[in-house]
Amino acid sequence: MTNLTHKKTLFPHKLLSLFMLFLWLLMVNSISPGQWLLGALLAWGIPYLTQSFWPQSMVLSSPLLATRFILLVLWDIVFANFQVAVLILGSRQKLQPAFMKVPLALKQDFTITLLANTISLTPGTVTVDLQMQEGYLLVHSLHVTDIDAAIAEIKRRYEAPLKEIFECSTP
Amino acid sequence: MSVALEILISLLLFAGACFALVGSLGLARLQDFFMRLHGPTKATTLGVGSIIIGSIVFFSSQTQGLSLHELLIAMFLFITAPVSAHIVGKAALHMQLPCEERTKNIPWPTDDTDN
Amino acid sequence: MLDSVIRITLFMIALALALNLWRLCIGPSLPDRILALDTMYINTIALLILFGMHERNSLFFEAALLVAVMGFVGTVALSKYLLRGDIIE
Repeated sequence: MTNLTHKKTLFPHKLLSLFMLFLWLLMVNSISPGQWLLGALLAWGIPYLTQSFWPQSMVLSSPLLATRFILLVLWDIVFANFQVAVLILGSRQKLQPAFMKVPLALKQDFTITLLANTISLTPGTVTVDLQMQEGYLLVHSLHVTDIDAAIAEIKRRYEAPLKEIFECSTP
Repeated sequence: MSVALEILISLLLFAGACFALVGSLGLARLQDFFMRLHGPTKATTLGVGSIIIGSIVFFSSQTQGLSLHELLIAMFLFITAPVSAHIVGKAALHMQLPCEERTKNIPWPTDDTDN
Repeated sequence: MLDSVIRITLFMIALALALNLWRLCIGPSLPDRILALDTMYINTIALLILFGMHERNSLFFEAALLVAVMGFVGTVALSKYLLRGDIIE
């Protein structure tokens, strides 16, 4: 939105291109040289032709941390599901649902989206609303006894790594 | 197909179906809308995810070479499930649906419960 | 053994779909019904993949992928309509 006069670069979104090549190979379910070529052509051509529609390109400052974060989230998803299953099958009267306001330290749209999605996928919490002006996420939790501790846990476990992965390099 | 592989596939499928069933059970029996939101977004997504992994192992063992394209569905679901949960939750928030009385910090005045 | 396991899991998913249908019918509010529909399409994906394994046919994958895409768009469009009274502004 800020600068509408993009100058055309040959490889505008390298990570996106790599991801699109990967998706193409999965889609056709083959790794023959022809599909690599076709996939590479599409992965280069589509970002090149649509580059003025993308708001900004993401900078991944540390791929190692990103991998660690993805593994942590996958593990949490599996673990969380056992917890939620026990909660659902257990007594309904013992559940203590609550709304929590999680203040945001992140600035970019993309990282906030990632944080909100991560919260939705993990232990008993769903992001229901985002207030950009006041800077907080409204999170509903299925069963929580100590609200402040839960908020601190979310900030420490998910927000801090995301901040480190994406927003350290940008001023 | 070897017996060990068959047991692995069976376990994956069974776990996936259990999770999907538990998620749907949560949707059916929990009290208010925001609590019901939790079942489908997590349990059902993981259920389908593990059924898909089982299917990948199954089709890879049937033919030569890997058959990974079911992974696309799992990736798509893991990306879209939180988004649809968020937007349905936002619609419910907008309509100020009645909450369970025990809920803490309800973000709207609850004196008039008949809205 | 695998065939009987697939039949059992098909039955479990069908049971889950029946529970969702029940919620769709009684669901006190509109978002409840949308959520039930959303869950129904996710369960339908599982059903299609299991049925494909039962028939030893990987073509069902395409159908499952289409259901996934269409279901997501449908959920978002319905919720957006509830939020704004309009789908595309």
